[in-house]
Amino acid sequence: MSRKIREFGVEGCIKLSGLLVIIFVILIFLLLLKESLSLFGVYPFKDFLTGTKWLPVSDPPKFGIVPLLLGSIYVTVGAIVICVPLGVASAMFIAEVAPAGFKHILKSLIEILASIPSVVLGFIGIVWLGPFLKTTFHLSTGMCGLTGSLLLAYMALPTIISISEDAIVSVPKSYKEAAFGLGATRWQTLWRIILPAASSGIIASIMLGIGRVIGETMVVLMVTGNSPIIPHTLLQPLRTLTATIAGEMGETVSGSDHYYALFATGLILFIITFLINLIADIYLQRTKK
Amino acid sequence: MSAAQKRQTAAFFILGFATMLVVIPIILTMAYVVFKGIGAVNWSFLTEAPRNGMKEGGIFPAIVGTIILIIGTMIFSLPLGVLAAIYLVEYAKDNFFTRLIKLSVVNLSGVPSIVYGLFGFGLFVLFLRLGTSILAGSLTLAIMSLPVIITATKEALESVPASFREISLSLGATKWQTIRNCVLPYSIPGILTGTVLSLSRAAGETAPILFTVAAFYLPRLPHSVFDQAMALSYHLYAIATQVPNIPPKISFATAFVLIALVFLMNLGSIILRARFRKKKLW
Amino acid sequence: MVNEVIIQTIDLNCCFEKNCVLKSLNIDVYKNEILGVIGPANSGKSTFLRALNRLNYLDPSYSQTGEIIFEGKDIGILPDSILRRKIGIVFAMPQVLPVSIFNNVAYGPKVHDVKDKNRLEEIVETSLQKAHLWEEVKDRLDMPAMKLSGGQQQRLCLARTLAVEPDIILYDEPCSGLDPISTAKVEDTMQQLKENYTQILVTNNTKQAARVSGRCAFFLMGDLVEIDDTDTLFTNPRDGRTNDYITGRFG
Repeated sequence: MSRKIREFGVEGCIKLSGLLVIIFVILIFLLLLKESLSLFGVYPFKDFLTGTKWLPVSDPPKFGIVPLLLGSIYVTVGAIVICVPLGVASAMFIAEVAPAGFKHILKSLIEILASIPSVVLGFIGIVWLGPFLKTTFHLSTGMCGLTGSLLLAYMALPTIISISEDAIVSVPKSYKEAAFGLGATRWQTLWRIILPAASSGIIASIMLGIGRVIGETMVVLMVTGNSPIIPHTLLQPLRTLTATIAGEMGETVSGSDHYYALFATGLILFIITFLINLIADIYLQRTKK
Repeated sequence: MSAAQKRQTAAFFILGFATMLVVIPIILTMAYVVFKGIGAVNWSFLTEAPRNGMKEGGIFPAIVGTIILIIGTMIFSLPLGVLAAIYLVEYAKDNFFTRLIKLSVVNLSGVPSIVYGLFGFGLFVLFLRLGTSILAGSLTLAIMSLPVIITATKEALESVPASFREISLSLGATKWQTIRNCVLPYSIPGILTGTVLSLSRAAGETAPILFTVAAFYLPRLPHSVFDQAMALSYHLYAIATQVPNIPPKISFATAFVLIALVFLMNLGSIILRARFRKKKLW
Repeated sequence: MVNEVIIQTIDLNCCFEKNCVLKSLNIDVYKNEILGVIGPANSGKSTFLRALNRLNYLDPSYSQTGEIIFEGKDIGILPDSILRRKIGIVFAMPQVLPVSIFNNVAYGPKVHDVKDKNRLEEIVETSLQKAHLWEEVKDRLDMPAMKLSGGQQQRLCLARTLAVEPDIILYDEPCSGLDPISTAKVEDTMQQLKENYTQILVTNNTKQAARVSGRCAFFLMGDLVEIDDTDTLFTNPRDGRTNDYITGRFG
């Protein structure tokens, strides 16, 4: 009898844990939504979404998210342009070209990169990369979108490389053997046969990389110059959605419009990353089949 | 050499070059931080509180704060994550509820760390009135760590042969007895590896603790879980951006200690994995 | 001799998804007999065996209609843990847990709340003796069970099943991976257990069924073709298909 009760109790706990995972996601969403709605009660949603000025402490304050959204998009596009070709090429090299021992070293290095805390990369950006870019490209400041893009590219690389490499390695051997049998070189096989076969996994890796870049906070907070105006090039200071929340939350009064506006920014961020990860997951599921 | 082979050589060279573009900056960066930081790391730097507006002294409270946060995160996320994974692998039927959990795990793993920070601030600090505290910070980091722990535990559970479960059930063991005696013991290595990995990430995170626990300058140890605490990652952010005229060697040394801590944890998880793999019995 | 029925199936249908691998099976098993079950692959032998202690339900796609009566009652009223304790099973490939010999045998009693150390040692010893393994392993009970030979492992599995004191022992092709000597040892053991246990032996090896069983059932494509005394079944089968199978024309 005691066995039955114990079984029942344990099963309850286990189910509850599963339920809690769902509850957390819903709670996160609801909290963001509730606080956002408090803003939209006094500040029209349309103005928030299409406003081109983010002036939270002026009178009256303006909470136009466009400059922040553009800041995020600029930095992300910059990072993706850098890290997708580098990442996919490295994944191909590691999976198909590098000899076994060297492959192991390369993978360890990628793991090391994955484990470097973002605040340390931000620090590197401040003390070295920013000043370096400033003098090299004669910029007015090294604290700009480009610095952020470069660092974020390296933050997304481990994700892209490891998932793409998995996808390339898991292409059935028979594909390769068939191509070799027809006299194709290793490169022709890799480029024409393996890469297309691994494309779902590679796309998933890129989506996950984008998700990581958009959501990254500390690097952009530290190196992109914190200027919430609409950027025109990557070479000028800008500010992302994430950096705005991180930079301004400490200074707001809870319950103020500014406070709610930051939650609304968080909500936009949550929705964007949710969609991106959903797409990535769909592609990942496809590779499993 | 045929044209096709020439193309292959050129292509492989380009791939190799791209790979070098990825790995060489990693090596240089690491070398840079280690080279600049290691000189200032000594016993007193590790064991003393910061002084004189953080321009002097050590980082002891930040080290302790980070370690406390790691432990707090583990206390909340490990049981919850393992139980949720057990549900998914051992109990879940293929129904709506299960798909919802899986979707939630995917979603949690993609939520930006700053959104976790907002959530923790709104829920734990304000709504539950825990204040800016170790408790609020640990809970926030714990929820953030859940997806990694769940995924790792799931993989570990799935790698236990189905025959073990069958043997146990055929002898009249209940489901939970089977899991506890015939599944969990053999998945512990995988669970531990995943946990250490997720905790090492939590240790390096800054955004989730910005408003939930981090103290800018608190040159003493926290008194209780309701106290604020310094943390290595936030400390590095603070001295790198908020305080002018910090001697570079102090910030480099802080970065070095943070990296070293995260690496040690990673190394621990790699060693764990390797040791258990060797001992694998089936 | 009056045969007391210990377990019987009435119109039993066993299906995975829509694929029914056993069709309206009616079979009686007598107390303390060894019932051989033979038939080619996919004839539903193993499914029959695993229906008796509800192991089939581990596959979520499984469904079943009809009745299984054990000691006069439908098995549905017993909790899985009690039913499986009374109806034990020995699997095809020797499947030992990666723990010591002692803990393999003691596993069952432990989950059934036997905590006393002396009592456990006693159970382990008698079970190993019944399975004819005691003499070979009594000095090294702490050794990992995985280090035993295949035949020893299979007898260990039998001892593990015996340790929870079942009434019925099911064997699912117990000798399929074993050499002739180990097979002989397992068969000997089965003969000696006859007095106290009902045993059902599913086997691909018709000769083994002929050697060991008292009665024998022939399954084909989910149907029970014929069941009779082993001697009769092998020398004078009623059904032509049985004859074809035991003379090796198919299967």
